[in-house]
Order: sequence, then C-alpha cells, then structure tokens
Amino acid sequence: MQILGLYNYWIFILLLAIGLYAVIVKSNYIKRMIGLAIFQAAVFLLFITMDKVEGGTAPIFTKYMVPGQLYANPLPQVLILTAIVVGISVTALGLAIAIRIKEEYGCVEEHETQRMDREP
Amino acid sequence: MNLLEQLPALQVVVPLLMAPLVAMLSGRGALPWLLTTLTSAASFVIAVLLTQQVLADGPLFYEMGGWSVPFGIGLAIGPFATLMLLVVTGASTLALLWGGASMDHEVGRSHLPLLYSSWLMALAGLLGIVVSGDAFNIFVFMEISSLASYVLVAAGPDRRALTATFKYLITGTVGATFYLIGVGYIYMMTGTLNLADMAARLGEVSELAPVLIATGFILVGLGLKAALFPMHAWMPNAYTFAPSAVAVFLAACSTKVALFVLIRFDFVVFQPNLAGHGLMFTSFLLPLCVAAFLVGSVIAVFESDLKRLLGYSSVAQIGYILLGASLLSAAGTTAAMLHMFNHALIKAALFMAAGALFLRYGSMRLSDLAGAGRAMPWTMAGFALAGLSLIGVPLTVGFISKWYLILAALEHGVGGAVLVGLILLSSLLAVIYIWKVIEVAYFREAVEGATVPAEAPVWMLSLLWLVVLGNFWFGIDPSLPLSLAGMEVPALLGGRP
Amino acid sequence: MSPQMQLLLAVFLPLLGAVGIALAGRWPNLRESVTLVTAVGLMLLVWSFLPQVLAGERPQLVLAEMLPGLSIAFRIEPLGMIFACLASLLWIVNSVYSIGYMRGNNEKHQTRFYVCFGIALSAAIGVAFAQNLLTLFICYEVLTISTYPLVAHKGDAHSVRQARVYMGILLATSIGLMLPAMIWTYALAGTLEFTPGGILEGHIEGPLLGLLLLLFVFGVGKAAVMPVHRWLPAAMVAPTPVSALLHAVAVVKAGVFTITKLIVYLFGPEFLFSQTGTQWLLYAACFTIIAASVIALRQTNLKRMLAYSTVSQLSYVVMAAVLLTPISQIGTALHILAHGFGKITLFFAAGAIYTASKKTELNQLYGIARRMPWTMAAFTIGALSMIGVPPTAGAVSKWYILGGALGTQNMLVVFTLVASTILNCAYFLPVVYRAWLRDEDVAPKKDHGEAPWPAVLALTTTALLTLGFFFFNGPALELEAQMLAGD
Repeated sequence: MQILGLYNYWIFILLLAIGLYAVIVKSNYIKRMIGLAIFQAAVFLLFITMDKVEGGTAPIFTKYMVPGQLYANPLPQVLILTAIVVGISVTALGLAIAIRIKEEYGCVEEHETQRMDREP
Repeated sequence: MNLLEQLPALQVVVPLLMAPLVAMLSGRGALPWLLTTLTSAASFVIAVLLTQQVLADGPLFYEMGGWSVPFGIGLAIGPFATLMLLVVTGASTLALLWGGASMDHEVGRSHLPLLYSSWLMALAGLLGIVVSGDAFNIFVFMEISSLASYVLVAAGPDRRALTATFKYLITGTVGATFYLIGVGYIYMMTGTLNLADMAARLGEVSELAPVLIATGFILVGLGLKAALFPMHAWMPNAYTFAPSAVAVFLAACSTKVALFVLIRFDFVVFQPNLAGHGLMFTSFLLPLCVAAFLVGSVIAVFESDLKRLLGYSSVAQIGYILLGASLLSAAGTTAAMLHMFNHALIKAALFMAAGALFLRYGSMRLSDLAGAGRAMPWTMAGFALAGLSLIGVPLTVGFISKWYLILAALEHGVGGAVLVGLILLSSLLAVIYIWKVIEVAYFREAVEGATVPAEAPVWMLSLLWLVVLGNFWFGIDPSLPLSLAGMEVPALLGGRP
Repeated sequence: MSPQMQLLLAVFLPLLGAVGIALAGRWPNLRESVTLVTAVGLMLLVWSFLPQVLAGERPQLVLAEMLPGLSIAFRIEPLGMIFACLASLLWIVNSVYSIGYMRGNNEKHQTRFYVCFGIALSAAIGVAFAQNLLTLFICYEVLTISTYPLVAHKGDAHSVRQARVYMGILLATSIGLMLPAMIWTYALAGTLEFTPGGILEGHIEGPLLGLLLLLFVFGVGKAAVMPVHRWLPAAMVAPTPVSALLHAVAVVKAGVFTITKLIVYLFGPEFLFSQTGTQWLLYAACFTIIAASVIALRQTNLKRMLAYSTVSQLSYVVMAAVLLTPISQIGTALHILAHGFGKITLFFAAGAIYTASKKTELNQLYGIARRMPWTMAAFTIGALSMIGVPPTAGAVSKWYILGGALGTQNMLVVFTLVASTILNCAYFLPVVYRAWLRDEDVAPKKDHGEAPWPAVLALTTTALLTLGFFFFNGPALELEAQMLAGD
C-alpha cells in the first residue's frame, strides 16, 4: 500500500504534468494561463502534503490544547499562502496581458499573432 | 539605533516603500521620474556604503526584527552580493537618468507613475534576492521583481512587446515554480529554509534521492530565469520590445541576479554536501555554456535587428559567466564574478547607444541605420568602444574577464585548450557582429531620401560616455571587482582547490 | 623634458596630430600643415632618443598596471629604436607624397585619410616601443583597425570586399593565434615583459615550444609568412600612399619587427633553437621567399607584383632572424630598414606613374622613362636595392644575411638567396628595360610629364636614402650590436 498511500504525491505529479503540457503545447493564451495555474496548484499541493504529521491536528493555538497532541507543521502552510498570492498575481497579470493582446491583435491564438508579426 | 547597522534592510525597504508612493502621483510633470531616480540613487549610495563595510569588515549578517536565524529572517551580504548590489542599483540609476526622456517618448504619459512604481518594485525585488539568506524569501523577491519586470516590458511601444511579455511571463513563472519545487524537496529533507542552515544540515541527510531531484529542479528553474541556453527563447524579444530605458536596466542586471542565486545556491548548499556533485554540475553546465556562447554569437551574426543582436549576444555572455563557474576553480569563479560586473557595464553602454539610435531613427533594423556614424558621431563612437569591450580588446573590462576565463580554462590541460579555442572562436564571431554594425553605420551611405537625424541629446550622450569610460576605467584598474571577488572565492570554494 | 615625458609624447603625438587634422578638416592647407608639422615633430622626438639609446640608456614608462605582470608600458630598446626611426622618417616623406597624390587624383574623404594615417603612426610607434607583449598586441590591433578605412578608401564594393579580406585575415590570425599564444605564455612564465635572453627558458620545451612558435609566427599575420600572406595583395586596392604605408612605413614592418622581437626578447634565440621542433620556421621562410618570387614573376599588374615582392622580402627578415648567427641577426634589422627605403621608392614610383598617366599594368610601361625620367630613375634604384646590387641599401643587408648563411654552412639558405636574387632580376629588370630602352608602343591619350612636384620630391628623397644607406649605416649597426650584446 506504500505506493497508493502516497497518492497526494501522485496527484502532484499528475497536475504538474498536465499544467506543463498545457503551457507548452497550447496556442491559446487563455488556455496557457489555465495550464500555468494548474502547474502552480500542483506545487501548493506538494507543500500542503509535506506539512501533514501523522495523527496531527490543525496547528491552532487555543486554551483547549491537549498535552502530547501532535500538530501539523505550520510553516509550509504559511509559505504556501504566500505562494498562492504570488500565483494569483501572476494569473491576473497574465490574463491582463492576454486582454491587451486581444485588443491589439484581435485574437488570443499564438500562431495567429506570430503570423501577424511576420507580415508587416 | 545606528542607521548604518540597518543598511542591509534599508537596501530593500527604501525602494519597496517608495513604490506605492510613486504610484499615487499624477502623470503630469517629471515628479514620478524624479522620485524614482532619487530613490534609485539612494539605493546606490546604500550599496556603496555596504560595499565599504564589507571591504573593511568582511561579510555582514542581519536579522530582521531581531529574530535570530534560523527562526527569523536573515539577510546575508557577502562580497559577491555587494558586487551584485552595485550592479543592480548602478544599472537602475543610470538607466533612469539616461532614459527619462525616452520613457516620455515611448510610453503614454498617464501610465508613467504606475510604470515607475513597477520599476521600483523590480529594483526592490532584485535587491531582495541578492541580500536574502533564505531560500523562500529568494522565491518571493524573485516573483516580485519578475512581475514588475513583466509590466515594464509590456509597456514597450510596439504591440509585439505584449507577446514577448507573455512568453517572458510563462517562462519566468515556470522557472520560479521549478525553483520552488526544489526548495520544497530540500525543506522536506532538512526542515529549514535558511541557506547556511541548509548547508549545515544537508550533510546529515541519509536519503539523497530527493536532494538530487531538488538540485535538478533548482538548476533548471534558475537556468530558465537566467536565460541559459537552450532556455533563452524569451530573452531577445523581451529586450527588443521593452522601452529602451527598461532594456538598459534589465539587460544589465536581471538575468545576472538569477545567475547569482544559481551560483550561490550550488556552491554553498550542494557542493559541500553531495559527493560527486561538482562533476555533475560541470558536466551538465559546461556543454550548455559552450553551446550558449557559440549559438548565441552565430545567431547574433545573422541578426538584422540591432536590439535582438544585442539580446543574442547576451545569451552568449551568460554562457561565459556560467562557464567560469562551472570550472569550479578559483580562477573560474573569479572570472564569473568579474564578468557579471563587466558585462553589466558593457551591455548597459551598448543598449544606451542602441536606445539613442532608436530615439532618433525610430527603427532598429540595421539597414535603416546606414550612415549613423556621420549623423550621430558621438553615439556611434560610444557604441564602437563598448563593442570593443564586448569583443574583449585589452584596456577594456571585457578583456579582464576573458583573461581570467582563459586562464581558468588553461588549468584543464588539453580539454582546456580546446575550450580556449572555442572561446576565441566566439570572440571572433563577436568581432564579426559588432563590425557588421560599425560598417553599416560608418561606411554605408545613408538611405536615399531619408532625413538625416540629429545627434542624441547631450544628457543621454554624457551618460552613455560615462558608462563607456567606466568600461575603460575598470579595464585598466579592475581592483574593485577583483578584490570583492577575491574575498568571496575562498568562501564559495570552501577550502576546496 | 624628462625622457618619460618625451616617450609618452612620442607615442601619442601622432594621435594628437590626428585630432588636430580632424579639427582642421575644412581647410585643406591648414590640415596638411598639421600633418607635416606633426610628422616632423615626431621625427625630432624619436631621433633625439638616438644618442641616449646609443649611449646605453633605456628610457622606460609604465602607464598602467592592470594585473600583476600585465601592464601597459613602453621601453626603448635598440631594435625598437631602429623601427621607430624608420617609421618616423618615412612618415614625413610619405606625407609629402600623399599631398601630391591625393590632390593630383582628387580623392574623396581626405580628412579621414590623414586622420587614420596619424592613428596608424601612433600605433606603429607604440609597437616599436612596447615594453611587453600586451602593449605590443594592443598597438598591433589598433594598427590593423586604423588602416581598414585607408584600404577601403575608394568605398566601392570591390575595395570594401578586399579591405574585409585584409582586416579579416589580420584580425583572425591575431585573435585566433597570437592571443592564445600570449595567454599561454603568460600562464607559463607569469609575465609578458620583453627581456633580453627571453622569458620562456625552463617553462616549456620540445615540440610544445615549436607549437607556441607556430602560433606566434602565423598569429603575426602582418609578417605575411605563407600561407597568411593573402591580405597583402588584397590591400592593393588602396591608394598608393597607403600601399607605401603598408609596405614600408608601418604595417608589414610591424609584422617582421614583432617576430624578431619575439624571438630575441621572448623566446631567447639560443634557447629557442636549442630545442627540437623549431627548425620548421626556417623552411617556411625559405619556401615563402621562393614561392612569392615565382608568383611575382607571373603578375601583370605593377602594384600586385610589388606586393608579392614584399611577401618574399619579409621572409628574408624572418629567415635572417632564425639563422641565429650574430652576423645574420645584424642583417635582420638592416633588412627592415633597407627594404623600407627600397620598397617605398618603388611604390611612390608606381603611384606617380598612375597619377601622371593612369597606367597600372606592366605592359603599358614601354618607354615611359622618357616622359618621367626622375620617377623611373628612382624606380630603378629601388629595383636594384630589391635585387641587392651595390651601391644600394639592399646590398648591405643581403651581404650580412649571406655572410651568416655561409658561416653556418647552411646551404639551404644560400641556395634560397641565390635563387631569389635571380628571380628578383627576372621580374624587375624587364620593367626597367621596357621603361628605359624601348619605345612607346601606343601614344598615351594625353601628353603627360612627371607627377606633381611633391610626389617627385618624395620619391627622389627615398631613392637617395636607399643609396645613402649603403654608405651611412653606422648607427644602425651600433644599435644592432647592442641588441646582440644582450641588452
């Protein structure tokens, strides 16, 4: 069950591959942004997975804390909160540029914009 | 509280705090530009002060808010870092001073405050990467600087700036995310994010497979950010279509900061702890570097757009820088550090000259620049001299770095001699592509019927020539970068030969 | 004026002159005066060093030290003194001639022409006085680049293409071969300073030394040892004063001078030729002498013939340097001088013929001496000097080289000397014969006499120098003796 037990990591790898595939193969700028978002989400999953401590609960400081209780590692959660913010900014900026491209070129397909750039 | 002790934090905080302030200004008048330039100049002064401190007392360590490392956030500024700080703040300040007029010309006035605000964010991000002693903070600052740079590049006057930016954004984000994955793996194995702490704890890790994966992700991620061949596709277009002042700023320092992280991460964290890593590092990077400077130079030879030509030449120069590092010797790392500093001087000058030409000709096609040598003699003379420096002619900074690089290569016997041959071949290619520009500008008659433009504004010229003279100054007396590199080398190589 | 100051001024005066020429560009008379004044000033500066150097002083000046053992510095030693004297003397004559030629042919871009000339002279003096290889290398490259606009002067597609060949070969050899050799030397010896007796002894030996020598000899493309001689004929598209500059005043002289200097002060002759794997240089030189003479024999264009003659004559210098007997080493420097005087005369004559009659081919020269007696008399003297007939300069140097060859019983060299002398006769004497003793076959389109007077004055002067050197060569011999004494 070792292999199935690590299913979080398998999903991480799957998401990473799907995201990267979309980024590289797709010609549509919006689809590429979607791919990029999936790609980043994969990394969030990786970090969230690694902070899990077996039998641990949410690391919240309260007066009901039980001695000997295990807690999940809070640091990766903090990191990933930051990374999510970064990811949102990137997505927002990418989409904004896609809109500007649509305004200037009238399309959001890379092979079309490339063709238009070649023809002066 | 002594202000001098707070300099490492101020280095980043000052531009970061000024950024929102500039964004709130109105677009009329020169105030946004003035404030940005002053902030950048203040950063430069801080960088100079830090350099003096480091030269006098050795590396500085700073704990944010007094929280001790590894729990708090630590800043570490070694000699190599101060060299980078000088490059980044210097390039930013010069580009701003030089390019105020061209920004007005190339970018809509109403966008200027926001754009200058982005500029300060980019500056703060780059500086943050350099001073940060923490792997995750490096990621955050990397993304701050990258996001801001995307905005800056997208502001270019041509619509192709947008598609270039999109490519830049995708590549940059993938690179940063790769880096983050690598950091995640190392965190899993060591439980720390502080670089020095990581280096100390990695030795105790028994399971090395995740660390090796982390190495791969980090090297490739930073390689993407640094436009290392064959991951350079985003760079030439980004520099070509960005506003001229932005091109000067970014070309001089942005990829170098990624290289700085790559070199520091690898030399500090991986090499002391992974047996055989040095060999892997060399055999992975060295062929890429050689391919970078050969392919970059060959493409530059056939390029007909001046800024793209310079962009591909940067691909080649990045190859030189990493080649020095990948040789893993004192002379090699010295060459790498020197060339980071020197190449910033060279490329800043070349892009300044190209920007001045663009301002007057409105085109970067070589065929349109015929006769520029007569129309704009001072600009072209500056370009020619900076070109000599790029080629590596003695008395210029380019010569100093190539000299060290070749000495480093010669330590490696026959293979080293072959490497020297390849470096010289690439220098010859540089002669050809610089000469191509010179010949068009000086020996070809201007296009029939085209109006002969005036010389660039005196202000632009004086800054261009300041940098050109810098190329010669540090080519004749390279003691500043050399002494900083000399202080850093033992720390980087950690007693290894 | 202190010797250091004077040295600095000697190197930079032509450069200052170039600035002055550029500023005076709008007034041709003033511009030409600046050229002449600078040339005379340079000669006075350089020649005034002669007594000091003869007395054994070696003025030195360090401009900048970049890295330990790497500096920009100048130092006057006997060999460099000879070269500098030659270059500064011939620049005056060449300037006078240029004025006649450029005005006579109504050439364009005259200001650029004189400016580049000044820069080239500065570089040549720098090469002569360089204290170390790095300084020499820089000046060498400046010389290459500053002569490109001169070679491409006409500006049409053909001359630009040829000028690219010229610069391409010179830059490619210097960057591709000489630069690595220089860095290798530095890596071995830790210094690049020219030192009597050489700096390489004990650091390298055997075939590797031969390889280093190979890199240097072919890296100094200006010495035109075959097969890197192609740039010389290519550069024949240039106006004649430029050819004179290339062949006599600065460029090729800088090449053979550099090789001699490298052998004497970098390798150390005794050390160099005590090692195996270095003798190939002698064969290469002998081959070049013969092969270039044979090619010269087949030329139909006067200037191209002279170009191949230069290729052949340069290898005399290399051969003499390699022979390694004191007497032939004297021949080395003497031949640099003798060939300078002789060849500049020949080119001046060729240019004068072109200016007066627009004739460039050998078979057009029937009877031309009747119309241009002064020019052809000078041409004859130059040709005799190339062959080595007394009382001309060429006879002196050939005598010393032959003496060295006989002294070492080196029959290959003796044979080469004899064969090349015969070949020289075979391609020069027919020209002289046609010019003086045959009648014009077709009457020229316009009746012409001599070229403008500055040109005639210049070529007469150099012809007299060629003759005079046969009798007055004492100081040169003295300098040579000092060089051989290991100082």
